[in-house]
Amino acid sequence: MKLKGWKELEMGAVIPEAGNAAQYNTGSWRAFRPQWKEENCIQCLFCWIYCPDSSVTVSDGKRGDFDYEHCKGCGVCAHECPGKKGNKAIVMVEEGN
Amino acid sequence: MGKKLAITGNQAVAEAMKQINPDVCAAYPITPSTEIMQRFASFVSDGVVDTELVTVESEHSAMSACIGASAAGGRVMTATSSQGLALMWEMLHIAAGMRLPIAMALVNRALSAPINIHGDHSDGMGSRDCSWIQIYSENAQEAYDNIFQAVRIAEHEEIRLPAMVCMDGFIISHSIESMEFLPDEVVRDFIGEFKPTNPLLDVDKPVTYGPLVLPDYYIEFKKAQHEAIKRAKKVTLDVAKEFEKVSGRSYGLFESYRLDDAEIAIVVLNSAAGTAKDVVDAFRDKGIKVGLLKPRLFRPFPYEEVADALGSARVIGVFDRADSFGGFGPMYMEIASAMIASGSSPVMINRIYGLGGRDFMPEDAEAVIKELVEIADTGKATTLKEYIGVRE
Ligand code: SF4
Ligand code: SF4
Repeated sequence: MKLKGWKELEMGAVIPEAGNAAQYNTGSWRAFRPQWKEENCIQCLFCWIYCPDSSVTVSDGKRGDFDYEHCKGCGVCAHECPGKKGNKAIVMVEEGN
Repeated sequence: MGKKLAITGNQAVAEAMKQINPDVCAAYPITPSTEIMQRFASFVSDGVVDTELVTVESEHSAMSACIGASAAGGRVMTATSSQGLALMWEMLHIAAGMRLPIAMALVNRALSAPINIHGDHSDGMGSRDCSWIQIYSENAQEAYDNIFQAVRIAEHEEIRLPAMVCMDGFIISHSIESMEFLPDEVVRDFIGEFKPTNPLLDVDKPVTYGPLVLPDYYIEFKKAQHEAIKRAKKVTLDVAKEFEKVSGRSYGLFESYRLDDAEIAIVVLNSAAGTAKDVVDAFRDKGIKVGLLKPRLFRPFPYEEVADALGSARVIGVFDRADSFGGFGPMYMEIASAMIASGSSPVMINRIYGLGGRDFMPEDAEAVIKELVEIADTGKATTLKEYIGVRE
């Protein structure tokens, strides 16, 4: 992507379009990757609420897989996930493993 | 013609703010600027203005609230002094970086420690690099007139940067002098309506203020900011011309006093310039070619124009009511830059005076001019930077 020159920028670094964070792929920052274990998922959607990067996909009110293009691997979802009978439905595994 | 009244500098500024009737003011009281907001608060409670007055717990919060209100799309004003401005410092940069045209009255006061409530320029000069437009005022009339012009310059579509109008604490803020007001409708027409660029309250066009900008773009934003503040020089002159039409009072980038053929020049800011002009007259009566330059627009600094005005001087004495400890005074640095960039090399001395509100007397100006006359004769200055009016 060609970077803009100083005359082409929006004054005061204002971002004029809403929701354009989607264009910024933050997935490459990840050191740990959340993995969804569907068998332990109770569909409470806590992960969806807590994820700071909207990286838990949901359709028709049901949890889908992670959006790894944007998930930064912070682990908040895994921490909050109640899982089923003490078994987490999200576990963090090191990238590259 | 507007009414003429005997009034303090603070009252004059409060009156100007009343006539501007800004959308939002967020402020925290601090001597000697307190009276501005105190009076303005009465205008708010009496319903004379429609302003939303936000009383906050600190100056940092005051400037933060001003930033929020300005980003929301309002015309925003505040006032402060000394430690208050120092506490705002972080937010001053943010207001400028977000290109928010907030207007602020700065009643110049010394910085602690030791604590002191009186007038000097260490607060204003300390915020020199914050990218605020800075306009200095000699007296209440200038402060009053400058407030309207500052609003216009700050809000100009090609600038959109915050502006502060400075006047000396107590010497001007609390002294009563006679000055002339503009009729309300003249002020209304002169300042016009504020049209914000990207107001947060425009819910049909949502925008984000204050994002993270990394090395790939940060310097481009700063270059744009630098170009914007540079444009303020021309806009200041344009606005002054318009202001003269409605007020009959003329302003420039600075005031030249008997400089045309001056071989010796002094540079004096704010109220002390009034005192020094009388002394210049006395020397002129004796046939000595002395002149005075009183800066008005300090940021952006009009280097070429200042060098041009000081062009005939072989010796220049620069007075600073603030120090950059371990360096030359801030005004000296600007004048020296102006002269060097213009290719001329007068002998220049720097005299630090009046810190913490110490009176600047005609004798002080006289002693320095005498010294300059000697330097003009010998071509040599023994001490480049020195404090004056100090007990041994
Ligand atoms: S690891 Fe963090 S960013 Fe990734 S899905 Fe979980 S909460 Fe979202
Ligand atoms: S928080 Fe855990 S249990 Fe709840 S929806 Fe997400 S993955 Fe499933």
